[in-house]
Amino acid sequence: MVKGVRFRDHQVVGDILELAARYCDEGADELVFYDITASPQNRTVDRSWIARVARVLDIPFCVAGGIRSVVEAEEVLNAGAEKVSVNSPALTEPALVDALAKRFGSQCVVVGIDSQTVGDEFEVYQFTGDPQRTRGTRRRTLDWVREVQDRGAGEIVLNCMASDGVRQGYDLRQLRAVRPVCHVPLVASGGAGTPEHFVAVFAEANVDGALAASVFHTGAIDIGELKRYLSGNHVEMRA
Amino acid sequence: MTTDVAIIANGGANIASLRIALDRLGASSELTSDPAALRRAPRVILPGVGAAADAMDRLRALNLVELIRTLPQPVLGICLGMQLLFESSEEGETSCLGVIPARVRKFPTRDGLPVPHMGWNRLTPRCQSPLLRGLDDAPHMYFVHSYAAPVGPSTLATSEYGAEFSAVVQCRNFLGTQFHPERSSRAGSRVLANFLELQ
Repeated sequence: MVKGVRFRDHQVVGDILELAARYCDEGADELVFYDITASPQNRTVDRSWIARVARVLDIPFCVAGGIRSVVEAEEVLNAGAEKVSVNSPALTEPALVDALAKRFGSQCVVVGIDSQTVGDEFEVYQFTGDPQRTRGTRRRTLDWVREVQDRGAGEIVLNCMASDGVRQGYDLRQLRAVRPVCHVPLVASGGAGTPEHFVAVFAEANVDGALAASVFHTGAIDIGELKRYLSGNHVEMRA
Repeated sequence: MTTDVAIIANGGANIASLRIALDRLGASSELTSDPAALRRAPRVILPGVGAAADAMDRLRALNLVELIRTLPQPVLGICLGMQLLFESSEEGETSCLGVIPARVRKFPTRDGLPVPHMGWNRLTPRCQSPLLRGLDDAPHMYFVHSYAAPVGPSTLATSEYGAEFSAVVQCRNFLGTQFHPERSSRAGSRVLANFLELQ
């Protein structure tokens, strides 16, 4: 299980540390920190918080948000993150994925993909952190999934935009379409509302991880209880 | 004053979490490639993120291969660091440190299992070991790897991903974990604490 923590400015770092420690304590297997406004505003994440987060966590964590170069990724990893996740910058400059994989190994390189159904196809979207700048890329999602793997991505987080935040369940149709072409770990994102949604995404879309944010932030789902429920429903995971 | 652990500086970027984990256990650590510092450290950790051939090239360039092979104190290889203890690796077709006579191979991609193997997986201990003291039965540890070492006489614990592989190894004073103890929550911390108690 993976979860996202969204935040926009460093005034909330105190809360982030507290939240990170709490989730870690409750049994989260990995944390993902998104600075979703980094790419649209053409700035990179403020990194002073990463080292502080690293101090309170003894599980892996990934940092996403406006990482546009090997140097920037190296700073994030040196501060204690396990992985970096790239999304919009990889669409602008796909060779970034190759460069990151070559320097740090594929296991450090996550590619986030924001995707939605357009007609009969799935299309990749860019700059989704800012509604004013969000745009379709005309890239077909399945093609992009294949390409980033060829370039060295070690994990793909597929954020199904239509499901995001509405808590009606993961986009099983889209995830099932992506799974056969994704030979690296695939993490589902967007749509978790109930424990049953988690069971369904593992059982029916055969994903390697499920990411959720709002249900944990609001306390709608307790991580410990969720994990017990999943274990009882044939999803093997760390207790 | 000497530090508790010398971490071999081998160009990897992911050292921070290891140092923090040691710090949490009250152990001081020093990141170094200085032969004298490595020789006098009470314990040595060989970390490793990246590719085997690159890592061996760097160790050769630093002139550390023979030195590491002959260290008498407890040495812990983590992840790629564990794989480097073996004779050779299929990753970049490189010879390694040759402490353990076996070859590290790529995970078979048949069975449709995603590679790298990334996530929490159970350990199955095969024998008693000071390194594994105090752990629950079959604890979950955090793994990230595309290559794996076969099960053999040096295997202290196995894990399974498509096939069984070595998750913890020991040969004399050389120990290795395929998982990342520094990112494996309380169970991983226990393994590091056990390592720090080895003489």
